[in-house]
Amino acid sequence: MTEVQMKATRDGFGEALLSLGEKQNKVMVVCADLEESMRVEEFGKRFPERMVEVGVAEQNMVGLAAGLALEGNCVFAVSYAAFSPGRSWDQIRVSVALSNLNVKIVGGHTGLGVGPDGATHQALEDIAIMRVLPGMMVVVPADAYQARQATERLSELYGPAYLRLTRQKTGLFVDKALKFEIGKAQILRQGKDITVVGCGPILGEAMKVAEKLAGRVSVEVINMHTVKPIDAETLIRSAKKTGRVLCIEDHQVTGGLGGAVAEVLSEKMPVRLERMGVADKWGESGLPEDLYEKFGLSARWIEGRVEKLML
Amino acid sequence: MPKPDLPLVARDIRKNIIRSLAIAGSGHTAGAMGTADIFAWWYFGGGLRHRSGEPSWEGRDRLILSCGHYAPVLYVTLAMAGYFPLAELSSLRKIGSRLQGHPVKRVELKKMSGLGHEILPGVENTSGPLGQGVSVAVGMALAAKRRGEKHWVWCLGSDGEVQEGQTWEAYISAVKYELGNLIYVIDYNNIQITGEVSKIMPLGNLKKRLEGCGMEVMEIDGHDFEDLEKVKEWAGLHPKTPKAVIMVTTPGKGVGFMENNYRWHGIPPTKEQAFDALEELIRGKK
Repeated sequence: MTEVQMKATRDGFGEALLSLGEKQNKVMVVCADLEESMRVEEFGKRFPERMVEVGVAEQNMVGLAAGLALEGNCVFAVSYAAFSPGRSWDQIRVSVALSNLNVKIVGGHTGLGVGPDGATHQALEDIAIMRVLPGMMVVVPADAYQARQATERLSELYGPAYLRLTRQKTGLFVDKALKFEIGKAQILRQGKDITVVGCGPILGEAMKVAEKLAGRVSVEVINMHTVKPIDAETLIRSAKKTGRVLCIEDHQVTGGLGGAVAEVLSEKMPVRLERMGVADKWGESGLPEDLYEKFGLSARWIEGRVEKLML
Repeated sequence: MPKPDLPLVARDIRKNIIRSLAIAGSGHTAGAMGTADIFAWWYFGGGLRHRSGEPSWEGRDRLILSCGHYAPVLYVTLAMAGYFPLAELSSLRKIGSRLQGHPVKRVELKKMSGLGHEILPGVENTSGPLGQGVSVAVGMALAAKRRGEKHWVWCLGSDGEVQEGQTWEAYISAVKYELGNLIYVIDYNNIQITGEVSKIMPLGNLKKRLEGCGMEVMEIDGHDFEDLEKVKEWAGLHPKTPKAVIMVTTPGKGVGFMENNYRWHGIPPTKEQAFDALEELIRGKK
């Protein structure tokens, strides 16, 4: 197997912003004291007139972004997800979502993958609280290249959106030739025995498992990069074919992608379903790979769950 | 055009607030009544540059209502200024109405996408949960400044609202970005829903606190039109500093049994109380 290139989704986001900055003068960035970490520092240097630094004040960041958007700008409001949407949810709900403004909430450092910073910084609830808002698009790129595509596409689509990013370097495993479209899932691998649907870099682990089991178990892998609006059609079609669905995400199983998948399948195509994620627990400090092992999200655990579902 | 008699306009605004709230059967009376004078001045006395026939006119001064529960005074004034028919005021808070209990502004690409009602012309922002409008106003003022646009961004907030931490985040960001085009008016009426602001959570020396953030601060009598005129002259003197106006008002102004009684913060008059209130507004205090 060739060596997989490693890169964080936040880097893909930062690169996309720079190229968007060149192309569109309506693109603005508002940041709450995390310019370097969220990879918007370069944007600020290149386009100082379109950068706003609000300091450690996520509520004001979102409200201010709404004001800029009311004047016709496409605004990326950038912080760690634990703080925004974590702390700024009321502002997102009223000033952004209800007002249907062109503000993209960008939440970095999500999931157990944050690692050593521990539970306070490991946003594990963000998908749930964002996907419940009417009209809110929720996008979770699987790798850095996809983060770049998602950022570009979101800037072209009017309306409120949440872009979920990650800190750690992860493999660029999604075939770049695959079409990327908001609201349209990607079938990363065709299979007939079981469907593994997931979002974010953790899906790379599922791909490794699918490859390992090939020949014995035919695993279909679906990248549900857009959690909302969810691509129910692709999900239902696959579930109908395989009859078994395993959902995986670096997020609480309650309310996240697992919740969304369960909602669709239980109503439209009831099949055997298992959801992998963080099971109503708090994260803790540690290296991402150790945490994934401890919380049951590593490739080894995924393989076990696939095998169990195949019984 | 002769200059309108602003006290008379303000009196009509108050009458319409009473009527609308009595018909609605719920809503917030005191703050709306207390700020009728500045609304009269804004929309009829030259306080705001605006065009009722062209609500999205780019050169307009923006008025961001941060204390969304003051909606009745905004709606009444907009209707009287010709933004929409006066008759529509009786739909306040009714199902399907554009006059929502708290103002909703929505930027729609497709008409009626996702909402059960249409958007009222003249409403600049969505508000209700307190503290949010101040940040929105800062964003609008910043956008205007960076584009070199010359309009003012006004924001009306309430004194109880200052208890929200977000407002303080907003003030210092306005100072940092030297938003001299921002005039933030605090309706200082010393009531909130549970009681008097000075008892529920005292604000300390508000003038000093705002000055401490770096804002220019002016204290005025919110029922004195000469004071309101002075705000505009004063605002022009400080091109790089955001302005805060501590506007002292009497909650429930104009109706004796409502004035200075916090219990009128969040309730409407009954039909009988509305008749009494209208009579007092028309004939003067008994």
